[in-house]
Amino acid sequence: MSGHSTYEPKTGVEKWLDSRLPIIRLGWDSFVDFPTPRNLNYWWTFGGILAVFLVIQIVTGIVLAMHYVAHEDMAFDSVQRIVRDVPFGWLLQSMHANGASFFFVAVYLHMFRGLYYGSYKAPREVLWILGVVIYLLMMATAFMGYVLPWGQMSYWGAMVITNLIGALPFVGDAIREWLWGGFSVGQATLNRFFSLHYLLPFVIAGVVGLHIWALHVPGNGNPAGLEIKDPKKDALPFHPYYTVKDGFAIIVYLMVFAVFVFYMPNVLGHADNYIEANPLSTPAHIVPEWYFLPFYAILRAVTFDIGPIDAKLGGVLAMFGAIAILFVLPWLDTSKVRSMRYRPLTRWFFIFFVIAALGLGWCGAKNPDDPFVGAIKFVHLAQFLTAYYFAYFLVILPVLGIIEKPKERPASIEASVLGEAKS
Amino acid sequence: MMMTRIFAAALAAAGLTAAASALEGDAHAPKDHEWHHEGPFGTFDRQAVQRGFQVFQEVCASCHSMDLLRFRNLGQRGGPFESEEYPNPNDNPVVMQIAAGYQIEDGPNDDGDMFMRDGLPSDAWPAPFDNEQQARASNGGAYPPDLTLIVKARSGGADYLYSLLTGYTDPPEDSHLAPGQYYNEYFEGGAIAMAPPLVEGIVTYDDGTEATVEQMAEDVVTFLTWAGDPHMEARKQMGVMVLIYLFIFAILVYLAYRQVWKNVKH
Repeated sequence: MSGHSTYEPKTGVEKWLDSRLPIIRLGWDSFVDFPTPRNLNYWWTFGGILAVFLVIQIVTGIVLAMHYVAHEDMAFDSVQRIVRDVPFGWLLQSMHANGASFFFVAVYLHMFRGLYYGSYKAPREVLWILGVVIYLLMMATAFMGYVLPWGQMSYWGAMVITNLIGALPFVGDAIREWLWGGFSVGQATLNRFFSLHYLLPFVIAGVVGLHIWALHVPGNGNPAGLEIKDPKKDALPFHPYYTVKDGFAIIVYLMVFAVFVFYMPNVLGHADNYIEANPLSTPAHIVPEWYFLPFYAILRAVTFDIGPIDAKLGGVLAMFGAIAILFVLPWLDTSKVRSMRYRPLTRWFFIFFVIAALGLGWCGAKNPDDPFVGAIKFVHLAQFLTAYYFAYFLVILPVLGIIEKPKERPASIEASVLGEAKS
Repeated sequence: MMMTRIFAAALAAAGLTAAASALEGDAHAPKDHEWHHEGPFGTFDRQAVQRGFQVFQEVCASCHSMDLLRFRNLGQRGGPFESEEYPNPNDNPVVMQIAAGYQIEDGPNDDGDMFMRDGLPSDAWPAPFDNEQQARASNGGAYPPDLTLIVKARSGGADYLYSLLTGYTDPPEDSHLAPGQYYNEYFEGGAIAMAPPLVEGIVTYDDGTEATVEQMAEDVVTFLTWAGDPHMEARKQMGVMVLIYLFIFAILVYLAYRQVWKNVKH
């Protein structure tokens, strides 16, 4: 932790515990007196929001698991039994299903915040990488969770995604069968997905602990992209300043969540998932949950062979590459300036990156052969946006860091705050 | 400002899903019917649910199953035959009478034999066919889907089903209908194996409502919406309380935030 601990055990019990297990001191230093930049805006509240949603998902999930039956003949009905007969089961199911979506909305905003304000740059590379690990774990957890209700989209979504593994040369088929526990998605798959869906959230919680640890070594980044020089001038204690600010943001976010939970519980889902899984009947259009759509679009954008790599494998590599590239992002961005507030050119490329990500989501929801404009189909749009997605990391950020002339930056966090207050 | 940002994100998410569901089929967009249960304060029209149950029981149930419905559901809170006198729906005489009208296989008894007995409120709604093969054999090869979740399982929901039930027309000249198929422009592909199920006067309503096709369609879809989402009213009521609570909480925390940050430039 940066700075000297200010915790003073007052009662006898606290003193006794502090010399044996200084856990109260750890909590105090991490969440009460932790020096936090005074200029954080609301984009910095999503970390707290994410913590709340991890807890919501785990608590609702544990209760749902008490009533769920992981059996291919009973899973669908058991979820409906929860909704229809378990007291407040409809509430738990709606919170858990919509909670996943709200978890992803928050994580995407949290990640875009990191991309814009350069949160991945030294000395926060490990913090960023741990975040990408959490994101990957979230995707695995969400994917397996979506299989559990055993509806048509559950089943066929699982089929499509696991089949991607089969595209790997030589070992693909063997790995796929190993994942399935058989020769198709079936009872064994459902059972192991349930087991892993229960396990992974606790792994996420563990990595979140590391993420917060890695955050508390260098301290928070901030919109000015400057480090705390003088904690008295640049920083505020986390409590009460940021507990109350995060608290407000969390409650507002929960209100939006409540609107979905109580008034549109199925808007983010797919109607086909209210039909029980049927291996003999393939839905007309298999689409993943909305939070996977951009990657689904990248997967389908590769429609051509690249040398020895056929289109299918190319798509799979592009899709995984789109996430893998985030791991090396700290070393791709060559600029020493963290915040894009002071990067007039890069800022525009970032804005287009956000548009490209949303556009890829749109392409993922569409049939690739649907016309976009005139003769241009959605697959063409997806190809263009995929190219931009990779170019942003591989070309734009490395090059702009060298050629761009950043704007003048304030001398300190305090100066940036006072400067803004004047204007 | 943050609210608008979050709303924008949420709307974008909803937009993506809407885009996803717009994919399904080239069928006619469903009619935009006005429902009593629409909107954040919409409740089920209890009379319509009861009439809809009658249509379901007398018409739909002869081919379609309703596997997740128990007789007792009909008398539970929010159900069509809910009664203040009988908080336990298993004691509700209307429910008991409906259930008793069906013969349910039970057993084995002490001699090891299966036997038939009158239905009880705890029984599941009996399916018209023993299995899918029998259902197909009796319906020209088509399998009438289970109706418990039908409103949730079709994009367009209640509007779609209403349109489908009222959407039978003569086929256009260029259509090729196989024998046993009917033309319905709201059905994907246009050719549906279900004969027009509702004909004027096919049921006689006890409350004197005229049994037009539109009226019956509205009633039965209202019933099916309830059957698929029996806790809708409780859900919406709780939503109001939760939102009021969170709203007041948000104001208090915002005022606390202003107070705490009063003397800090940021």
